[in-house]
Amino acid sequence: MKALVTVMPKPSVLDPQGAAAAEAMRHLGLDNIGRVRIGKVVEIDLPHGADEARLHEIARDLLSNPVIEDYTLEVVK
Amino acid sequence: MKFAVIRFPGSNCDQDCVGALAAIPGASADYVWHKDTSLAGFDAVVVPGGFSYGDYLRCGAIARFSPIMKSVKEFAAAGGPVIGICNGFQILCESGLLPGALVRNRGLHFVCRHVFLKVEQADSRFTRAASAGQILNIPIAHGEGCYFADEETLASLNRNGQILVRYCDKDGNTSDAANPNGSRENIAGIRNEAGNVFGLMPHPERACDPALGSTDGLVIFESILNG
Repeated sequence: MKALVTVMPKPSVLDPQGAAAAEAMRHLGLDNIGRVRIGKVVEIDLPHGADEARLHEIARDLLSNPVIEDYTLEVVK
Repeated sequence: MKFAVIRFPGSNCDQDCVGALAAIPGASADYVWHKDTSLAGFDAVVVPGGFSYGDYLRCGAIARFSPIMKSVKEFAAAGGPVIGICNGFQILCESGLLPGALVRNRGLHFVCRHVFLKVEQADSRFTRAASAGQILNIPIAHGEGCYFADEETLASLNRNGQILVRYCDKDGNTSDAANPNGSRENIAGIRNEAGNVFGLMPHPERACDPALGSTDGLVIFESILNG
């Protein structure tokens, strides 16, 4: 089984990487696009029956910083 | 007064800190490895700059879990002075010893140059050798130095006088043009509520010798020393 943790900057946090990527997309002719945000995905291989509550703690305390980021956790069987 | 300079894998300003401190009368400094667990015999802690753990995940995110950080937290809780410089500031924020976080510079570039800082509070343990409104010339060198905190946190930082230095121009104007990285309210350094933990992005240890272009950084270390 795998866990996928997606970490995204909070909407209120400046994301200059996303802004720069959006600008490049417009240069390439992709008009009418809105805001672009860049985050990261952490893929974790796990034994079956891993403790999901513990995974949430790790995602909150290590993989993301709640001051600037939000995370979602998806467990893929 | 004996300073502990914490060394993580990837720290690179540790020698500069020890060198600068050793040259100040009344101060001495020694390295403490991140796997050590004791700060016994030290009177102050410096968390120096660099790229601890290669800045993997987020700047300071992994250093936060180093064994020595438990001792640094206990040292801070007991009222001992702790200063985090650059990556050290990032580590103190990640550890929860200081509020807020440091994110990618507004302009995306790594910025390495001298900047001007306005001393906003001259009654703190880290700035009392300065005068209020004094302008310091100290270099910065970072890619993730944009200070972020939510409105509520910013309001309490202002209310409690926790913002010790802000980026300004040579005349002391804390304008957007003088903000090198997009930090909220031009914040360059803050202290904790108790007043014994200070983090800043600029490098005072690189401004302690006339040969390096400025000695304004001495004000920070002498403030700690005169405690």
